[in-house]
Amino acid sequence: MIVAEPKPIAEVAELIKTGRHVLIVGCGECVTVCQAGGEKEVEVLASALRILWKKEGKDGTIDTQTIVRQCEPEYVAELAKKVKDADIVLSLGCGVGVQFIAEAYPDKWVVPGLNTKFGGGTVKAGVWEERCGFCGDCILHLTGGICPVIRCSKSILNGPCGGSQDGHCEVAKDIPCAWQLIYDRLKGLGRLELLDEIRPPKDWRTSRDGGPRKFVKEEAMIE
Amino acid sequence: MTGERTELTTATAGGDGVYATPSRLERVLKAGHFAVTCEIGPPQSAKAEGIRKHAEVLKDYSDGQNLTDNQTAIVRLCSLAAAVHVKAAGGEPIMQMTARDRNRIAIQSDILGAASLGISNLLCLGGDHQTFGNHPGARNVHDIDSIQMIQIVRQMRDEKKFQCGAEIKSDEPRMFVGAAENPFGDPFEFRVRRLAKKVAAGAEFIQTQCIFDLERFERFMRMVRDEGLDEKVYILAGITPAKSAKALQYMQTVPGMRVPDELIKRMAGAEDQKAEGVRIAVEMIQALKEIKGVRGVHIMAIAWESIVPEIVEKAGLYPRPKVA
Amino acid sequence: MSEVKSRVPDGAEPEFVPKIVAFCCYYCAYSAADLAGSLRLQYPPTIRVIEVPCSGKVDPVILLKAFEEGADGVYVAGCLEGDCHFLKGNFRAKKRVAAVKKILDQIGLDGRRLEMFNLSAAMGTRFAEIAVEMTNRIMELGPSPIRPEAVAARRAAQGEVEPR
Repeated sequence: MIVAEPKPIAEVAELIKTGRHVLIVGCGECVTVCQAGGEKEVEVLASALRILWKKEGKDGTIDTQTIVRQCEPEYVAELAKKVKDADIVLSLGCGVGVQFIAEAYPDKWVVPGLNTKFGGGTVKAGVWEERCGFCGDCILHLTGGICPVIRCSKSILNGPCGGSQDGHCEVAKDIPCAWQLIYDRLKGLGRLELLDEIRPPKDWRTSRDGGPRKFVKEEAMIE
Repeated sequence: MTGERTELTTATAGGDGVYATPSRLERVLKAGHFAVTCEIGPPQSAKAEGIRKHAEVLKDYSDGQNLTDNQTAIVRLCSLAAAVHVKAAGGEPIMQMTARDRNRIAIQSDILGAASLGISNLLCLGGDHQTFGNHPGARNVHDIDSIQMIQIVRQMRDEKKFQCGAEIKSDEPRMFVGAAENPFGDPFEFRVRRLAKKVAAGAEFIQTQCIFDLERFERFMRMVRDEGLDEKVYILAGITPAKSAKALQYMQTVPGMRVPDELIKRMAGAEDQKAEGVRIAVEMIQALKEIKGVRGVHIMAIAWESIVPEIVEKAGLYPRPKVA
Repeated sequence: MSEVKSRVPDGAEPEFVPKIVAFCCYYCAYSAADLAGSLRLQYPPTIRVIEVPCSGKVDPVILLKAFEEGADGVYVAGCLEGDCHFLKGNFRAKKRVAAVKKILDQIGLDGRRLEMFNLSAAMGTRFAEIAVEMTNRIMELGPSPIRPEAVAARRAAQGEVEPR
C-alpha cells in the first residue's frame, strides 16, 4: 500500500488558515490501513483543528467526509455537495488522492494533510516499511524476493557494497543490508549461483527517470 | 612467500602490445615488482597548490597516487581535476570515480576527458552514501554500480564501444582499471565471490580497505587463492598509519573497518604514539609482503601524506623501480 | 478525604468551577467510584463520570470532543496494569492518552489537562484522591480557553477592535 504520514498540526493549520469552511476528506484505503488519513484520523484532526480555531477566536466550520478511495473519480464525485460549501479542501489522502480531488474540483483550493512516503506494508502493528521501488521492471525473481532497487540504499544490482556490516546498511543500524538479506535468502533456497551473474546496467526508462508513467488495459476501456 | 611472481594476463586488444595502457602502475605490476600506491585527498576549495606539493613528494615514493572522489560525500575539488594537477607535477594519478554522483553518461564522458588529459588509471567505486557528507539532502544517482562501471570502462577500451553499443571511432580511452574490495565487510563468505565478480567484469587491480586485522585478512587471501583469483588480478593491500589510539578508536566506528582491541592497547601504551603508528604500519607492510597473492600495498594516509616517504623507506620499498 | 480547598490562583475567576470529564471503566474505576460513594468520601463536584465497559474503549476522538465541547480537564481511569478485565484495554488507553496529550500541546491547550489513572475496584479512597488531584491541577491551569463564555468574550472584544 501507499504509506503516508500526517503533516504536523502546525503545518496543517497554516495551510487552512485563510479558510472559513474547511472540508477534511479522508480515504478508506491505504491511509486507513497505515492510520494516517482514514475516517478516524479525519475526526481526530477535525476536532483538534476546531479546538485550535476556537482558541484563536477564529470563526469558521470544519466539516468531514471519508470516501472509499480518493484515487477514483467515481468516489471523488460523491464529495460534490460538501465541496461546494467549502472554501478549502484538506485531503488526508496520499499524493494521488489530493491530485484527483484537485483535478475534479479545479476551482477549489485543495491542500495536502499528509506527507506521502513510500510503497510498503505492515511489518507489525504500528510499523510500516518501504518495500517497492516502483522501478517498472521487476527483478524480484533474481534476488529471492528482496528488492535491491529500494531496499539497498544505493540501488546496487551487484551487491553488497563495502559498507555492509553485521547485516546492516552503512546508512543506519536499523536498516538491514538488502544484499545480506538477499544472500541469506538465496543461500537458504540453494540458489546462490544467481549472485555470480553480473547484472547489467538497469534501463531506468520504466522508472521515474523516464517521465510520468501510464498503464493502459485496452479491453477495460469501455468508452 | 616472496619469490616467483606470476605474470598476469589481462585480456587486451590494442595498446602497446604488451601493455594495455600508458599506465606506470600497470608496468610496475606486470614486471613483478611489489607496488606502492598512496592517496591524496583533494581540498574543499579551488586550491591546486597542496595537491601539487604532495604529488611532488609522493611521486618518488609510490607507483601511483589515488585522487579520492568527493570522499565521504563531502564536496571537494573533483578527482579528475586533481588527477590533472598530479600529472602536471610529475606524478601517476589514479582517478577514483564513484557511482553516487554521476550517471552513465557523465561517467563515460569524464573517462574520455580524463584520458584526453593523460590520465591512465581508474578506480571504480560505489561511493559512500551521501548522508555521511555535508550535503545529505542531495539526490543520489547510482545509475550504475561499481561492477557495471568496470565493465563499461573495459568495453570502452577493449571493444571501443560505449555502454549503449555505439562505436568509439577513434582514440578510445585506455585506462588501467581497478576496483576496491573490503575483506572485512559482511557477508564474509560472500566477499570472495564478489571479488570474483569484479574480476570477471574486468578489474585488473584491487585496492583493499585498510587492514588492521591481519588474521582475518590472511583468511580472506586464503579464500582468494583457493578461487585462483590471485592469478587473475593484482591485489594491493590497504594500510593506514594511525596517529593515536584515539584515531584507531574512531576507525572502529567506521562501517566496514575492523580494528583489534590489542592494537589500540598497544598504541595507548606507547610513549610516542605517532612513532608507534609508523612502526605498526611498517610491520604491517612487511607482514603483507609475505602473503602470497598480495602484489603491493596501498597506503592511505589522508591528512598525513607527509609520513608516507618515511613509511616507504622503513619498509624497504625505496627507491621505486624504473620501468618502461 | 477532605473537600477541595478553594485555591484561587492569581488572576483566576473566583467563580471558576472546573468541568472535568472522567471516563471510568466498569470493572475497576467505576466500581471504585461506587465504593467512594458508599464510604461517604467527599470529593469535588467537578467530576462528571462516564462509564465505559473498558478504558480501552475510549477513542482519541471522544477525548478531543470533550475538550471541544468546553471541558477544562479529562481523565481516563482504568484497571491496574496487568489486571485489565479485557487484558490489554488499559494499555491501549494509556497510549491513546499519551498521543492526545501531544496533540493538545500542539494546539496550545496544554496536555496536562488530560491524564490516565489506574486503580482497582477496592480503591475507593484512591478514586476520591484522583478527583481532588485533577481538580487542583485544573484550578491551577485555569479554565479552558475555549469555554463558550471565553469564546464569546473574545469575539466581542475582537468586534470592538478596529481592523488594521
